[in-house]
Amino acid sequence: MSIAGRSLALARAHVGRPARAPGTAALALAGVGVLAVVVVLAVATGSVAVAPADTLGILLRAIGVPVARTWSPAAETIVLELRLPRVLTAIMVGGGLAVAGAAFQGLLRNPLADPYVLGTASGAALGAAIAVLIPIRAAFLDLGLLHVLSFAGALAAVAVVYRLGRGGGPFAPLTGLLLTGYAVSSLLAAGLAMTMFLAGSNLRQIFAFLLGGLEGSSWLRLAFAAPLIAGGSIAIAARARVLNGLLLGEEAAAHLGVEVRRERAILMALASLVTAASVAVAGLVGFIGLVAPHLVRLVVGPDARRVLPLAAILGAILLVLADLGARLLGEIPVGVVTAVVGAPFFLALLRGTRSAYEL
Amino acid sequence: MTTPIAELAGVTVAYRDRLVVRGVDLAIAPGERVALVGPNGAGKSTLLRVLAGLVVPRDGRVTLGGDPVASLSRSAIARRLAAVPGQGTLPFATRVEEVVALGRLPHEDPFRGPGPADRAAVDAAIERVGIASLHERDARELSLGERQLVLIALAVAQAAPLMVLDEPTVHLDLRHQVAVMELLADLNRRDGVAVLAVLHDLALAAHFFPRLVLLDGGRVVADGPPSRVLSPERVRATFGVDPAFLARPASGDAIAADLTVGTGGR
Repeated sequence: MSIAGRSLALARAHVGRPARAPGTAALALAGVGVLAVVVVLAVATGSVAVAPADTLGILLRAIGVPVARTWSPAAETIVLELRLPRVLTAIMVGGGLAVAGAAFQGLLRNPLADPYVLGTASGAALGAAIAVLIPIRAAFLDLGLLHVLSFAGALAAVAVVYRLGRGGGPFAPLTGLLLTGYAVSSLLAAGLAMTMFLAGSNLRQIFAFLLGGLEGSSWLRLAFAAPLIAGGSIAIAARARVLNGLLLGEEAAAHLGVEVRRERAILMALASLVTAASVAVAGLVGFIGLVAPHLVRLVVGPDARRVLPLAAILGAILLVLADLGARLLGEIPVGVVTAVVGAPFFLALLRGTRSAYEL
Repeated sequence: MTTPIAELAGVTVAYRDRLVVRGVDLAIAPGERVALVGPNGAGKSTLLRVLAGLVVPRDGRVTLGGDPVASLSRSAIARRLAAVPGQGTLPFATRVEEVVALGRLPHEDPFRGPGPADRAAVDAAIERVGIASLHERDARELSLGERQLVLIALAVAQAAPLMVLDEPTVHLDLRHQVAVMELLADLNRRDGVAVLAVLHDLALAAHFFPRLVLLDGGRVVADGPPSRVLSPERVRATFGVDPAFLARPASGDAIAADLTVGTGGR
């Protein structure tokens, strides 16, 4: 009794504001609503304008809702064959990069981590650049050499980083991984620079990959990337409790029953797969994978069970909007839009948020 | 004789080729309260990590509840042994309730997440440790003493029959030190949780723990009630310090009598 009383007295000495987060379900619902509006907007907008009502009609008809046709066949083709796969690709890539970013940040307990931190970006970039140099234009399932080599390059780079960086060495495992990632990325960047030097007139194509872009989207490419991105993201979300355990540190997580080494390898593989598939179809879209998880955490706190789904929705919204902006500005690289719009917004949010948080 | 809740038999641990634990035998009975004491580098924290299966000994046998630790999954270990982290860091903004809920990770359904039983266990742990008024608070705003109570509540929510703590009172002021010690003693007496704590403060150890295990150079040099383990000769031999320092400040002022060495457990 004296113990309880004493603890209570200690506790009462500091009565602060409750830090309750808004309901996750409500936020997710609102996010999906916003996403739906943004999708219709993005599909309706372009060099050939299709009225939002017609756009909605075309979309509803496509999923089997009987709607009277009030639009031209050309509008239907533009919406269904050009814009819809592109917007859906933006949803998958934006959501996937946000989930992968959240996973890497949690795994490495580093707020600077993003989907590219362990070498995926430089591996994919080198793969893409080499593909540009090779004069073969074969395509299978609408996937060219560029997509295949960037996908393989991203996965190969992470595999190398993981093999070299785990355990051993003078640094703690996480630091070792990060430094190995940095070293391997630097090496690959040298290869990329050399390839670009040799690329000559093909340089523009390499730059387009480096800056990211969704203009190459198609149903077939989406059919390749979507299962990998969605499957990987869902598998990551199913391991949210592991990421939560890791919030307390590796040793504490182990005490809570987490098989740290195994889970770290699994999560890293999943996040790399999601990233590689995203990068293969959209190039190196920057910023979203770094920022979307942070924006969500600023609102709902660090519980991965909330962060992962909400970050996916936010990442999807952001990339659809950024791609819309890129299209309206005459097909500029989407990575330019994400950075130019995202960075100041993120800075403002960081400065305006009172409740600090760390990873 | 009942099966020990945790047992080390002939355990030797080496980091690379440096021996840090040499042939330690130690058995903790269910419901026991034991303090591990000894100088820095004696191997105390290593022993806790061996018990939890985080360090694999070079030699010897380690069991939890009669089963070899090496044969248990991490979740199974976490259901038998709850560890309170040494540094007690909570480096993120989240509510106290959510921190305590992490203690349910080894019990939760991996796919469905926490169920009603888990939520009830979290509420009960918060109530038991007496931090109900903190449960909505941001964990980062807590004082060190409050954090320690939150981490103990996390371990209570874990509902393991053995709780191990690595220097739970370090950096705490006297009032919080005593509060933590009384809480541990109370958990032990009323809930039957066995407690194994690494402590540096010999006075606290002697006052609140009926059994002390003194480690030096990786070996158990004494094991028993405080009055036997902390004899003046042994304190001098082990710590290289005149035990009079502990009992009598140099100023000669009297200090609280029951916080001095050698008064025995309660």
